[in-house]
Amino acid sequence: MIDFGGWDMPVQYPAGTIEEHLRTRTHAGLFDVSHMGEIDVRGPDAIAFVNRITSNDVNKLVDGQAQYTALTTPQGTVVDDLLVYRLAADHLLLVVNAGTTEKDWNWIKSHHAGEQVELHNVSADYCQLALQGPDAVSILQKLTDVPLNNIKYYHFTRGQVDAIDSIISRTGYTGEDGFEIYAAPEQADRLWSKMLDAGNFGTEAGVLPCGLAARNTLRLEAGLALYGHEIDETTTLLEANLGWICKLDKGDFIGRETLAQQKAEGVKRKLVGFEVTDRGIARDEQEVIINNERVGKVTSGSPAPFLKKNIGFAYVPAEYGSVGQQISIDVRGRLVGAQLVKTPFYKRAK
Amino acid sequence: MANVPEDLHYSKDHEWVRVEGDEAIIGITDYAQNSLGDVVYVELPKAGDKFASNEPFGSVESVKAVSEVFSPISGTITSINESLADEPEKVNSDPYGEGWMIRMKMDNPGEVDRLSTAAEYEDFTKAESE
Repeated sequence: MIDFGGWDMPVQYPAGTIEEHLRTRTHAGLFDVSHMGEIDVRGPDAIAFVNRITSNDVNKLVDGQAQYTALTTPQGTVVDDLLVYRLAADHLLLVVNAGTTEKDWNWIKSHHAGEQVELHNVSADYCQLALQGPDAVSILQKLTDVPLNNIKYYHFTRGQVDAIDSIISRTGYTGEDGFEIYAAPEQADRLWSKMLDAGNFGTEAGVLPCGLAARNTLRLEAGLALYGHEIDETTTLLEANLGWICKLDKGDFIGRETLAQQKAEGVKRKLVGFEVTDRGIARDEQEVIINNERVGKVTSGSPAPFLKKNIGFAYVPAEYGSVGQQISIDVRGRLVGAQLVKTPFYKRAK
Repeated sequence: MANVPEDLHYSKDHEWVRVEGDEAIIGITDYAQNSLGDVVYVELPKAGDKFASNEPFGSVESVKAVSEVFSPISGTITSINESLADEPEKVNSDPYGEGWMIRMKMDNPGEVDRLSTAAEYEDFTKAESE
């Protein structure tokens, strides 16, 4: 167990990180992600308000749809990345990172400027379990009458899972098909055991409970950013390859001007994916060397259990940011060769 | 419960030493491999390299973390377990056998007496995991 933003969380369960990771790719993995924060935004100006403080376009959402977006600073950097759920035209739910929940909450309150909305930090009102992997639909379907195949990717519905009122969301952080289920926290134990049972936990192809380490390697293979690593208040969305969630023509939002200017001028550095070509594993914070110059740092580096390669993300000057570029990484004093590759590193077969 | 063979010497950094004449074979304990999790990479020195006792001679990496491995005694490397380059998982599956790491010629064979016995090491790991 480790302390993760005030939550006691397992790094791994007895099966171990590699097995947990592989099982999620081939069958299913179950993650207790109740540590995530939830902020409720309600009122006639809910959409207008959230649209002004986030970079993606909330107006594009319909009821029952979710969106990946970011809370941005005036400098175009990232206060947090989050999901916005549209429950109704006047009711949004923001799902934010655990370690940043307090900061986000204060940020959101302090940027409220007269819009007609009620804001509530409802993090303590929800547990969140993520069931991920190719078998997620068939496992969860055993526990609900909601026709799961009708829920499209990045959509959700309210329904019952084993008679427990839930939000069933077809989203995740692993690169697999799957669901994130939100319910009252006192139901967490029961939901957890029911999903393990429905997924034949304990058998060779059954669901496995997965810890933080597998959550990290799965998201890394899938090319997804982790707050505090690829993105934070020093990295702009454009540098982090998150231009796709910057809707510069949606109307004004915090940071829009800076991001528009950066888009016109081009970024000076960018986030790139790499694959280690020598023996060795690159780790977070290690320096990247190109032409004998220390030009950047690894933001996440790890073995990729499914790809069986050592991969990572790093920031490098934009002129060196092309796929195929050779780089070296200072692995505790030893220079290890790597090559920039396309991300995501892993993409599931459709 | 972790396996702690009677005939070995143990360090507080969780390495074991098996004495064969004036040579020592060194690896990490069952307790250590279990706390590390799946070993995915092992970095070892070269034959001829010299190490003082308590000096790091290499590292063991799991998916999540890097841990240094320390030489429990001083001496000169005579050979390393080359097979760990391709099969690092042997450190998990057979830590006292096929998962051995280095063989070294001891500067002073008397040094092993400063290490812990199996019983002492077992008490030490019990205290550490409490």
